[in-house]
Amino acid sequence: MKKPKIAFFDFACCEGCQLQVANMGEGVLDVLAAFDVVEWREVMSEKWDKKYDVAIIEGSITDNHAVERITKIRKKANILIAYGSCATIGGVNGMKNNFELDDIRKYVYGESYKFFPTELTKAVHQVVKVDYFVNGCPVYIPEFVAILKAVLQGIPYYVPDYAVCVECKLNENICMYDKGVTCLGPVTRAGCNSWCINNGNICYGCRGMLSNPNEKSARDVLAKYNIPIELIINKMNMYNKCREII
Amino acid sequence: MAIQNLNINVEYLTRVEGHGNIVINVKEGKIETCKLEIVEAPRFFEGMLRGRSIFEAQHITSRICGICACGHTLASIQAAEDALGIIPTSQTIKLRKLLLDLEMLDSHLLHIYLLVAPDLLGVKSFVPLINSHNEVVRRALRMKKKCNDVCDILVGRHVHPISAIVGGFTKLPEEKDIENMLGLLQGMRPDMEATVELFSKLKFPDFERDTEYVGLVSDDDEYPLLSGDIGSTDNIRLSKHDYRKITNEFIVPHSTAKRTKLSRESYAVGALARFNLNYDKLLSEARRVAEMIGLKPKCINPFLNTAAQLVECVHCLEHAIGILEEFKKSKINYDEEIVVGLNENRKIPVIEGNGVGAVEVPRGILFHNYQTDEKGCIRYANCVIPTNQNTGNIEYDLKKLIPEILDRNEEEITLLSEMLVRAYDPCISCSTHLLNIKFM
Repeated sequence: MKKPKIAFFDFACCEGCQLQVANMGEGVLDVLAAFDVVEWREVMSEKWDKKYDVAIIEGSITDNHAVERITKIRKKANILIAYGSCATIGGVNGMKNNFELDDIRKYVYGESYKFFPTELTKAVHQVVKVDYFVNGCPVYIPEFVAILKAVLQGIPYYVPDYAVCVECKLNENICMYDKGVTCLGPVTRAGCNSWCINNGNICYGCRGMLSNPNEKSARDVLAKYNIPIELIINKMNMYNKCREII
Repeated sequence: MAIQNLNINVEYLTRVEGHGNIVINVKEGKIETCKLEIVEAPRFFEGMLRGRSIFEAQHITSRICGICACGHTLASIQAAEDALGIIPTSQTIKLRKLLLDLEMLDSHLLHIYLLVAPDLLGVKSFVPLINSHNEVVRRALRMKKKCNDVCDILVGRHVHPISAIVGGFTKLPEEKDIENMLGLLQGMRPDMEATVELFSKLKFPDFERDTEYVGLVSDDDEYPLLSGDIGSTDNIRLSKHDYRKITNEFIVPHSTAKRTKLSRESYAVGALARFNLNYDKLLSEARRVAEMIGLKPKCINPFLNTAAQLVECVHCLEHAIGILEEFKKSKINYDEEIVVGLNENRKIPVIEGNGVGAVEVPRGILFHNYQTDEKGCIRYANCVIPTNQNTGNIEYDLKKLIPEILDRNEEEITLLSEMLVRAYDPCISCSTHLLNIKFM
């Protein structure tokens, strides 16, 4: 069998998810050996102008150039993977959408703001069709490897649609609410093995919201601990603001 | 005969973090244009921070850059604690120093091996090296993985650390964790020796241009990375709160891009700046390596920033091992473990304030500055990134370099220009929430 031609592309993001690949150590050589890597600007000078079997997209779509570029890549790619929170849900770039766009441009770039065009931040699937989603900020490597295996076998990958709490309980963590702080675990998709809570922090919702969060029970939890709902909504908007774009 | 007319346009420079272009135009032997353009999509971080809790600043600003996430984390925490009037414990400071050592080591190794080595070995990327220099690639990945594994133990992960927050750490390493981290780092020594051996044989381009070097300075004996005053090789020394007097951001008339300058037309930050400012404070193992590869302060060849990174790798590895050995003897105090979240439990008193963080991160000195209101919400945020401070200096280097190499062919000139920019290890994602951006 011929190895699938794979390419990495980065849009507006911190490139940390690409770095997660290098962080696999020598294991990355086994993963790369299953593919023919044809383009990857961050680490390669080689370029490729033909079709890709697999295109991995990191970052959010934040301006017209990006829309044009992602549309071209989609046309050349058999399979397109949205890689990391910025690509799958808009991620932290979505916080920009909390503000009037001209207002935020002026704040950061002053009088020269007109030279810095921007649009509402969008996740990749809000612009072109996406075949696989690798959630997380950053991506969780065991899940990424599982998804690459699914890609190689030509089968779908289903992102867990149950709460981070499920994994968190299995890891025997004490609930953050019992420690007196709020956590987005109850409404966030699992698949990260409750990474942040295992390390004493809270869940910030980087993997996106459940398709059907148990809203009533979440409200009960907030009431039990006397926490205003605005606090949670503001927290949710750190990663999930783009869900409002239809 | 020297080239009279030359038009180089490197669009989307590769093997750097983020999107940048090099544009060089020579007409009748004279440079008409010579610039480094930053074309990464702006992300508006400082704008987005407004109105958010100061306790979220670390989490958000870490996402400015995946490579130096720990560096942003430490600068952000320092600025937030400065604004809130929190003084970290000595244990916290030690653990943060350990984290910063790991950050330097990890980032420098990535740059030296995967981004620069292909140029010195005459190939386009590390991919062909997998076949031609398999052992070298494996060593690079193995060392990188070890840094990463130590970070996993210390702060949950290297890309966007989890447990390092305002006030301290949400999870402290257990005794066996200290042992494991120590074992991993001590186990890296033979690979580090082989790395030094490899790079001492590779030849860096000859080129010199005197400039001002800026970085942290201090009065104690430790190579200053986490804290100190801001100093320069032109004998300037100021408190971190005066960072604006250092950066002096200004607009160049022919573009909208902001630059920084101090005593001269531009200054440089990064490994070479730190080496030039604080050579005497490097650990003896690192100074020995510097001697071996012939690197002496004040070195004014920007290509040797990579060599200075190598020296710092040795320093940071040994420094990190030293910290862990101390913890092995003195033990961790677990009462310092904290639960903060958004501080909704009011564990940390909040005041109105203005704080600055100045931390040496792999690419140079990084500033974070926040003003908070009485509820602890961010009213104003500013981050000055090393790459922004270096862009002007890179252009002046290019302007001196190009006339010196016009007798070579276009391909070689392009390669040398790319190598020069790459030597500074520019981090363009970082720099693009700032003013130093120009669209073509």
